[in-house]
Amino acid sequence: MEKIDKSLLAEIANMHEIPAGAYNIRKNGGGIDRRSTANIEIVTKEDKPGIDIIIAPGTKNESVHIPVIITETGIDDVVYNDFYVGDDADVLIVAGCGIHNSGSDKSQHDGIHTFHIGKNAKIKYVEKHYGEGPGTGENILNPVTIVEQDENSTCEMEMVQIRGVNSTKRDTKAQLKAGAKLIVTERLLTHDQQEAYSDITVELNGTDASAQIVSRTVARDTSKQVFHYDAIGNEKCRAHIQCDSIIMDGASVSSIPAITANSADAQIIHEAAIGRINNDQLVKLMTFGMTEEEAEEVIINGFLK
Amino acid sequence: MLELKNVSFNVDSDKGNLEIINDVSLTIPDDTFTVITGPNGGGKSTLAKLIMGIEKPTSGKIIFNGTDITDMSVTERAKLGVGYAFQQPPRFKGLTVRRLLSLAAGSDLPEDECCGYLTAVGLCSRDYLNREMDASLSGGEAKRIEIATLMARKLDLAIFDEPEAGIDLWSFSVLVESFKSMTEGRHNSVLVISHQERIMSLADHMIVIANGRVKNQGTKEEIFPTLMDEFTNNCDFRDKKEEK
Repeated sequence: MEKIDKSLLAEIANMHEIPAGAYNIRKNGGGIDRRSTANIEIVTKEDKPGIDIIIAPGTKNESVHIPVIITETGIDDVVYNDFYVGDDADVLIVAGCGIHNSGSDKSQHDGIHTFHIGKNAKIKYVEKHYGEGPGTGENILNPVTIVEQDENSTCEMEMVQIRGVNSTKRDTKAQLKAGAKLIVTERLLTHDQQEAYSDITVELNGTDASAQIVSRTVARDTSKQVFHYDAIGNEKCRAHIQCDSIIMDGASVSSIPAITANSADAQIIHEAAIGRINNDQLVKLMTFGMTEEEAEEVIINGFLK
Repeated sequence: MLELKNVSFNVDSDKGNLEIINDVSLTIPDDTFTVITGPNGGGKSTLAKLIMGIEKPTSGKIIFNGTDITDMSVTERAKLGVGYAFQQPPRFKGLTVRRLLSLAAGSDLPEDECCGYLTAVGLCSRDYLNREMDASLSGGEAKRIEIATLMARKLDLAIFDEPEAGIDLWSFSVLVESFKSMTEGRHNSVLVISHQERIMSLADHMIVIANGRVKNQGTKEEIFPTLMDEFTNNCDFRDKKEEK
């Protein structure tokens, strides 16, 4: 593996060596390395690009890493990954995409992930998006995430876009059956003229389903962010959406709340706030001897942590 | 040693140019515990902000250990060893108490040391180390953590703006003890804005600020007895009522 590959993998999947457990590494539009385990099988799709990740019922304390890296300019990669998580399984799934673009053409990766999460199963999904490189070509990431949760399952998703992604359109849709629990944390930083759009729609279709969506974002320079989150309660259920954005320089942030209750027993809350860094916060850190710029970094890093 | 020489601070408002601090000259010697007191709105907090550099004087000079710091930024003054605890501490989403204390100290603090500072301000340390310094903390909790951030530093001059505000009576004696020990080793000089008798009783030196001026200063034995008269006889409204 080349040096750039290694640094991208470390950045997006915290992979410093070949991980324990199952993994699939995709580079420039094709698989380059893979390992299945006794409980987690990774199979190439035959009808379209992508893989099926089949996790046996009852699998506990195992992980699967499926990072994607792009190191060539002008790549347009679409991949379909389907996760079949068996009943009672408890696994960690680490995905993410890193682009190193040193040319003038755009490099794009659209990952379409579908999760079929079985009864009482529990997954933690971590996805990091990152772009770098000296070229002028744009780095574009348009992920689609579809989550189908069976009864009493838990799905915790942490979706992070660190920097270097020129444009992203994120589309996440989840459907929850009775007792299912979804926790989504979205953290995003945009800079320069980057644009980020994120739509999340959660349908709570079963009794006592619950969803918590927390978004923390920072928009710098002249970047633009638009969030559209919708929680739809069709039964006795609970949902809480919290969007919090720091706006700086000449950026623009739009947070569009939507909550829908189709049952009198649905409790759904949406909170949204957009604001600049509070001056007292800066001054407080400056009284520790930091410069204004250093204080700003500490505040942003803490906020996005 | 800190010297203020003819410091004034004016602000423009709807009512014209307002004088918040009016020609204040004073000296805070080394190795002393100084308490500034006086009526609300008299300019005490503004004076503390002028010393830290959060506000800049309209005229006058501020000299710290022989250096003119009048035009220095907050950051530069902090590097010279001036620290400041806010009356209303700002909240930080995502910053843990432990991280904040480490940022104050300038290096990653071991858990034991963090716990020591939190205990000194009357907080059960293990419950707080990994909590975020955000709006989930009560006013009193945030205030105590704010005081702890100054304990985590070694300062030439530590300024506290009304540290007692929001602290319950039960924890107050722990806090007084901490303030007492602060001058013994940790900080060179401590300057506290306070209305609290028990904090005033720690003072080597007291300054009364009213209407933006130094109304009186001296040892606590000299100043303390005069304070009741200062604040009880100047209420016009009450006088008028009694005339009826």
